[in-house]
Formats: sequence, C-alpha cells, structure tokens
Amino acid sequence: MKTMIAVAVGMVSLASSFSALSAQEINIYSYRQAFLVDPVVAQFEKDTGINVNVVFAKKGLSERLKREGKHTKADLVLTTDISRLMELKDKGLVAAVDNKIIEANVPAHLRDPQDNWFALTMRVRNIYSSKERVGNTEVSYEDLAGDEYKGKICTRSGKHPYNVALVSSMIAHHGEAETETWLTKVKANLARKPQGNDRGQIKAIAAGQCDVALGNSYYFGKMLTNPEQKPAADKVNILFPNQKGRGAHVNVSGMALTKYAPNKADAVKLMEYLTGDLAQGIYAKVNLEYPVNPSVEVSPLVASWGEFKADKLPMDGIAKHRKQALMLIDKVKFDL
Amino acid sequence: MFIQLNKKWPAISWLLSLLLFLPLLAIVWQSFGDDQDVFTQLWATVLPDYLLNTSLVVFGVAILSVVIGVPVAWLVAMCQFPLRRFYVWGMLLPLAMPSYVVAFVYTDLLEYAGPIQTELRNYFGWETAQDYAFFDVRTLSGACVMLALVLYPYVYLLARTTFLEQSQSLTQSARLLGCSPWQSFWRVSLPLARPAIAIAVALVAMESLADFAVVNYFAVPTLTTAVYDTWLGYGSLAAAARLSVVMLAVLFVLISIERLGRNKQRHYQRGGGQETIIRHQLTGLKGIAASVFCGVIFMAGFGIPFISLLDMAVNYFDESWNGKFLEYSFNSLMLASMVAFICLVIAIVLGFFKRLSANKSGDLASKLASTGYALPGTVLAIGVLIPLSLFDHGINQFLESFGIDGPGLILSGTVFAIAAGYVVRFSAIAIGSVDSSLNKISPSIDMVSMTLGASPLNMLRRIHFPLIKKGCFAGVLLVFIESMKELPAALLLRPFDYETLATYVYQFVSDEQLEHGALAAIVIVVVGLIPLIFLNRSLEQQH
Repeated sequence: MKTMIAVAVGMVSLASSFSALSAQEINIYSYRQAFLVDPVVAQFEKDTGINVNVVFAKKGLSERLKREGKHTKADLVLTTDISRLMELKDKGLVAAVDNKIIEANVPAHLRDPQDNWFALTMRVRNIYSSKERVGNTEVSYEDLAGDEYKGKICTRSGKHPYNVALVSSMIAHHGEAETETWLTKVKANLARKPQGNDRGQIKAIAAGQCDVALGNSYYFGKMLTNPEQKPAADKVNILFPNQKGRGAHVNVSGMALTKYAPNKADAVKLMEYLTGDLAQGIYAKVNLEYPVNPSVEVSPLVASWGEFKADKLPMDGIAKHRKQALMLIDKVKFDL
Repeated sequence: MFIQLNKKWPAISWLLSLLLFLPLLAIVWQSFGDDQDVFTQLWATVLPDYLLNTSLVVFGVAILSVVIGVPVAWLVAMCQFPLRRFYVWGMLLPLAMPSYVVAFVYTDLLEYAGPIQTELRNYFGWETAQDYAFFDVRTLSGACVMLALVLYPYVYLLARTTFLEQSQSLTQSARLLGCSPWQSFWRVSLPLARPAIAIAVALVAMESLADFAVVNYFAVPTLTTAVYDTWLGYGSLAAAARLSVVMLAVLFVLISIERLGRNKQRHYQRGGGQETIIRHQLTGLKGIAASVFCGVIFMAGFGIPFISLLDMAVNYFDESWNGKFLEYSFNSLMLASMVAFICLVIAIVLGFFKRLSANKSGDLASKLASTGYALPGTVLAIGVLIPLSLFDHGINQFLESFGIDGPGLILSGTVFAIAAGYVVRFSAIAIGSVDSSLNKISPSIDMVSMTLGASPLNMLRRIHFPLIKKGCFAGVLLVFIESMKELPAALLLRPFDYETLATYVYQFVSDEQLEHGALAAIVIVVVGLIPLIFLNRSLEQQH
C-alpha cells in the first residue's frame, strides 16, 4: 500500500510538473497528415514564438476529445472534410469563435452560421480522364453511370469520406432513390474493386487499367510536382464535372476551437493566422489546394487548370445526408 | 491441483486479470447504448459478406502460418542442413517487419501499375489487363499471404522452442523402435508440440482478426472494417462495440474447439534441454531442398521488403532524414521494453495461478486477461481511454473538492495511456508463451517440491522459473517486437509532442507515400532485431 501511495504521489507530481512547463503553447488534434500541417505551423511558430504541438490520427480524435472533457489539453482540431467539422459541432465538443478577422477572411458560406467551425481550404472532387483514350471532354458525375463507361471507372473505397461527401451531395440534388440507381450503375461500371488512394487511381489510368477516375484536385497537383509520379500524371486530364449544370462538388478542410481549450487566446491567434494571407498562401502553393480567403490566389499550376464553377450546395447540406449516403453505399455493396 | 496457495496470489491474479479486462468491459458497456438500427441495417446488407471474409482471412492465415511455421521449426530444430545456423534466427526476422509495410511494398511491386506488371507488358507487348493473366495482389488471398508472411514466426518460435525442449530420449526411443525421421516427427514430435502450436495459432488468429491495416489496404472488407464503419461512419460506438464482442465470441469458440480436441491428451516430460541434440543429417538434394524452402520464406517475409525499404530510403534520404529519429527510437525502445517486462510479470503471475488453482478459475483469469489482443487497435484504445479518463476525472474532482488544483489527465493524457494500451493488447502473447512452457512441466515436479517443503513462491523461483526461461524469453521478445510495430493505439493515445517510430512512419504510409518514411521503417526493423539476436544467443547457448 505504501508503495502504491508513493507511486501515485510521484505520478501526480510528475504530471503537474509537466503542466507547469507549458509556457506558451498550442495543442492541435489533427485529422490532417502532419506533413501537410507542418509548413504552416512552422511559419507560425517562427513568427510568434508560440510552440505548437500536433497529434495526428485519422480515427478517434473526437472520441478522445469527448473523454478528456474539460481537462483536455487540445485547443484546436483540424479536419479534412466537412462531416468531421459537423460531427464536432453536433457532439458539442467545440466552441464558437466570434472574431472579426476570421470572418473577414472566410466567406460566409465556408463557415458555420454559429461560428463553430471554419473552412481553411477547398478541394474539388474532380474526374480524371486518360488523355489518350478519353480526352478533355465535358463530363458530369451523372455521366459515370452511363454505358459508355462500362468497365472503365476507377475509384478509392466508396466509404472514404471524400466519396461519401460526393454521394451525400448527389442525394441532396437528386433524392435517395435516384442516387441509389446512379450508385448501382457506377458500381457496375467499375474497372476494378475500389482500392488504393486518389493517386493510385491516376496511376491506374496511366497504366491503362481504367479510363476515368474520381479524385481530389490537389493530389493531381502533388503528382505533377513529384518527379517520380509526374510521368503518370502527365497521361491524365483533370476535368471539372458538371460545369454546364450545378458545378463541381467541393469539400473543405477546416478547423474548430475545442470547447475547453486551455490556451484559447493563443489558439484564436493561430486561427486568425491560418485564414490570413500568409498561411493561405502556403496552403495554395505548397499543398496546391484552393484557399478560402478570396484575396489569396491559387498557385500558378492550379490556375493553369482553369476557372471552374463550384456546386453551391451549402456545406451543412452535404453533412446532413452523410448517414443516408453511407447506408446506400453499403446497400449497393459498392466496396465488395 | 491440490496445492493451497495463500490468499494473496489469487487476489493479485484476479486483480490483474480484471484490470486487463476492463477496456473490453468498457466497450461492452458502451454497446448497450444508442441506436440498434445501424446494426440491423448492416446485418441486412454487407455484414454477412464481411463475416465470410473475416473467417476466410483468419482461417487462411492460421493454416498458412502452420504450413510455413511448423516445417521450418522442425527443420531448424531437428535437422542439419546447409545454412541452418543462419536460418535459426533468420526465420524470425519477418516478425520485425510491420505488416502494413510488407503490404505496401508488395502492392507497390505487384499491382497493375507496378514495375513487375509494367515490365511484363512492355516485354510481351500486352496492351490491357485482358491480354494476360496475372494474379491480383489486392485480394483476400493476397491479404492472407501478407499476414501469414509476418505472423508465421509466432508458430515457428513457439514450435521450435517446444521441439528443442522435447526430451531427446523420446525421439531417440521412437527411432530405436523403428521409426523413420519422418515418422518420429508425425508420431512423437508433432503431437507433443501440438499444445504450443495451438497457442501460437490462436495468437496468429487473434492478430489477423484484429488487423485493419492490411485488409483495408488490400480492399478486403472484414469485420474490422465494419467496426470502423459503424463507429466512424455511422457514429455509433455502440454498434461497433457490439461487433467487437461478436468477433471475440467467434474466436473463443474456435479456441475452445481446439482445446476440446486435445482435452484428454496430456504430455509431460522430465528434464529437457540438458541433452545434446542429435540432428538428422539432411545431405545432398534433401539438404538443399530444406535450405531453399527456408530461403524462399525468408526472402518473401524479410529479404524483399527490406531491400525495397533500403532502396526507398537511399533514394529519399535527404527528404526523410530527421534529426528527431533518435528521440523517436528512444521512445519506441523504452516503451517496448517496459511493456515487455510488465507483460512477462503478468504472464508469470497468471500462469502460475492457473497451474496451482484448485478449480478452473485460474484458466478463466488468463482468458479474460488475453481478450485485448483480438480487439481492433483503435477500439481497444477507446476501451482503455474510458476507464483511464474516468479515473482522471475522479482524481481531479476529488482534489478540487478540497480546493486544490487537479493535476489534469495524469493517466489518459500521458504515456501511461499508451503503455496501458500495449499491456492490455499484448499480455495475451506473453501469457501464451509462458503457458505453453509451463504446460510441459509434469505436475509430479510440483508434488515433489511441495513434499520437500518448498513454499509455492519458492517453488516458482527455484523450480519452475528455470524450466520456463525459454518460454519467458520468447514471450518478452514477441511482446517487445509487437510493441515496436504497434500503431493504432499509439496513434490515438499518444500525448502531445510524443512520437514513436511507428506513428512517424504512419503519416507517410497513410498517404501511400512510404518512400518518405522508409528510413524510419528500417529503424523499426533494426531496433526490433536487437533483442532477437540476444534471445537467439541465449537459446543457442543452452544447446
């Protein structure tokens, strides 16, 4: 018993010594890969002298946040798609941030009406096509269900958040029944079982395994700037779907302040920073995404793909149909 | 058994076992929560397919690892053939390879857009996939092969240990009575090794059951996929928890069937390890065949992936070299050593309790303590988080009620959480190894010691421990290596500013860009190899 008390006392003092150390720091839970977050964060650390720590995981961070409750050390959550932002809001894990600078930087349709989350970058769900076999044609998501694409489509898992968001937007536009028919036909048109990531689909087109594929815009850019992957990307067109109709489906990466953020003032400073010209410029140039801040230009490479029309469906409209979308994807056994 | 343990030992055993069972209990408790319709909907659509895939993967991997592991173990332990001394430890090396790395390397090599198929197409002038037949690596069988390649060392290690511990006089008698080497294997060595092999296979099955990285990478949806879907997609931790419980139930049924099969058989042996082993001399073609067989397995499980990693690491050295490698390695090393030691202590306590308890309760205690291994890593992490954060909140509330500032998340927010997660997950391995060694000691030894007046603790220290040393070593080694590689729990439970080698590698693997993490992956493998060499030396010295 004595040893147990000693151990407990030791641990408490150890833990408190840790928390005493925290001079000026911000802690982030990130669903985004660290190497995509690092460039921006490093710049912020340099400019402000505030230390930023990141824990990156693709799963379970919101669950951890919930369990930690008011004792959490996390100040900020970064996500890769809209449904995670909505999830954080719905579970009551994040706090509203009423801040003039952020509001000025992020257009109204790219942030929560109650200011619980803010988008940082936009990503288009593009359709890639083989330069050789398809060319630069007008295409829509609906077209992918057509017979002309029989055995010619590649995609990653239907249950990947990017695809789920796309299906949700289809439900929002066409209703559940019509989306189910569409999804069934797309599945029948697949060249192979859904697999790999978005880059893998571009490689598959280049290798001739399929003619068209779904993928996010920045992956294509990332491949073009990588000497080893460039040859594959060079064989592929990036197309912006539904340009004659409602526009291409757009998803966002974003941020939210945790409800019990211990370093709130500094965290808000970082939030302002992330939406500002400098950070948005890094997102545009290094990550090749579309910045949300309208005063920041896209990178020359991304600009070379041309202007495009984006689907005007509100972000929460996408998130609203997410569960329905997942059920449909399971129902048509998209991944099996 | 008949020996009366004092009260403390069972109490400590039960306490340990329940602590290890707590995360699963937390998950089960969760599963009584919210909506049932997600589960029903899944059952009506994809779940039957997932269930089938899961059974096929678990069975496939189990069978493949036996087919690879047992012959290799017997060859290396009982036969003399070219390069045998190398294979003794060489066959263990695939264990140090994280399965997600092996899966990545092989898909990269063998997929349609990969170098091998591209070369073939160029060489033969094939245009499309329809022009030729090439096996698709991203399939269920592909996933089974990948998992078996990194998991067979469990079977190999435990089987070899048993073969070595088997008293030589038994095989010698068999030979004197006219058995060929082959017959002596089938009729004496193998039946004697069966309990150990069964334990190893159970470990392999649990590991395959819990695997998410490989099956996900190979686009084979299994029950783990469903667990993650229900939890992350549908937001129902309850349904996910229920699925995990179903998975565990399936596994227990399987293990019980095996136990039932050999219920009546009990083999004990005296001594063991003291005699010199006279190995069958495999000469000529036979020797070469044995050597080639081991060589192929070695190359597939370790050689090819390692060379690929080296190649990537050299090409991307500038981009991947990171001044923090030393820190990450240190973190991984400390964590793995600590966890291995704790798991061993738990295994010995529980193993001894099981041996000496008068009824079956001791068996139940070890079983409960082993459940963590079959849970998918992230689910387990949540299971660990639930009791730890409850404790933390309690402490803080308690102190705050006296007006003292609480210490914050002392358990759930520190490295303690990862260590706890690992111990819960990997105790099963240590328990299995220790158990398989303890099983071989005849109860008459206990009786004699007792008659001569040894206390149970004294007996454990002076009689049993020396006899099960090898099993303990094997257990520690396995836990250590698994902890070096472990990913999902570390990913979710790590405190800020804490990175292990595996979490560092993961950020690249998760984006299918292993190239940049290759260097760190190599460090994982190399650090994992260090204890392996020590273990091997100690095993060899005794023979």
